[in-house]
Amino acid sequence: MRAKNQRLVLTLTALGALVAAALLAMSALRNQASFFYSPGDALRDHVASGQAIRLGGMVEKGSLRREPDGVTIDFRVTDGIAAVAATYKGIVPDLFREGSGVVAEGRFVAPGRFVADTILAKHDERYMPPQVAGSMHETKSLKR
Amino acid sequence: MRDARRPHKAGFPADAAPRKVVATMHAFANPARFMSLARPLTGWLGWVGAALVVAGLAAGLALTPPDYLQGETVRIMYIHIPAAWLGMAGWGGIAAASVSELVWRHPLAAVAARATAVPGAVFAAICLASGSIWGRPTWGTWWEWDGRLTSMLVLFFLYIAYIALADAEAERGASGASGGRIAAIFGLVGAINLPIIHFSVLWWRTLHQGESIGLTGSTIDGAILWPLPLTTLGFTLLFVAIVLMRMRTLLATAKLEARLRRMGAAA
Repeated sequence: MRAKNQRLVLTLTALGALVAAALLAMSALRNQASFFYSPGDALRDHVASGQAIRLGGMVEKGSLRREPDGVTIDFRVTDGIAAVAATYKGIVPDLFREGSGVVAEGRFVAPGRFVADTILAKHDERYMPPQVAGSMHETKSLKR
Repeated sequence: MRDARRPHKAGFPADAAPRKVVATMHAFANPARFMSLARPLTGWLGWVGAALVVAGLAAGLALTPPDYLQGETVRIMYIHIPAAWLGMAGWGGIAAASVSELVWRHPLAAVAARATAVPGAVFAAICLASGSIWGRPTWGTWWEWDGRLTSMLVLFFLYIAYIALADAEAERGASGASGGRIAAIFGLVGAINLPIIHFSVLWWRTLHQGESIGLTGSTIDGAILWPLPLTTLGFTLLFVAIVLMRMRTLLATAKLEARLRRMGAAA
């Protein structure tokens, strides 16, 4: 029994150390492991023009505009703190729409002006039938 | 299977509650007793699980309404969520068996862990594949290196590594020398990935949405949600049935190899 208790204590100690190490590593990773910049972050971190980044946020309501050539769109990406004017030429995912989440890959061409070469749609964790959706048809929160 | 590590039949000191748990665990340490329970259980769990999966998928494909935003693609969740759960629960099982192996030297622990690894890897792969198929029409991409997707892929690789390591160890220590202890340590260390997968969508900005189903409720409307518990329970029962099947196979193989060795030694 003595040996068993010893092994139990040893295993639990090792597990505790492992969890602590992992938590430290993860909290250090916090900023590097993010998939995209929010407009607020990009402003705060002074992301250089021309640097390839992902910019994520909500497509601002009423900001989506299609240019006369039919394939270029202009819209604004916002996180509630800052907003960035973005341009994209190409086909967007079905779920890309105003008031919904977006992750755009591309670069700043000037402060507050973003040119995207890929558009990803980001949806939230709420699923519901169309008749329930009604007025809730907008994504209210985009995590952080 | 005659093993020095087999627990003593007589006299557990009846002084503490943990001892009781250990005593119950040891009641199934005897492979013969385990087999007599596992044999009928395999069929029952397998068939009930399969029936639940069929019922849940039929309901999910035919009876539930589409999502307001994604339309019909939302139905992939009836497979994707159970697969993600079992991919993670499988490693949870490996970690629990690893503790049991390292601390109590339970004779079935290493067998249980090895038996769980392959179905766990398969369900992790199903989760990745179904998620990829789901991501293309909704997000507009098959794959992105975001926190959730990457940590789930790491879990799949951990399974592959575990299978290789545990098999190599079992092959080398056929005489029962190390008894799966190295694999057990790997199983425990790998478990650290489980909270990382779970919290990835909270810690980091990800393309993957936040969690729909938490302890306090669900953000999935009831009309869409209800077949999900059916498929989740069904796949889980199937998973347990497969694990029991594989445990029986591993025990039978070990028995066969021991007998062949004895015959070889006698000849």
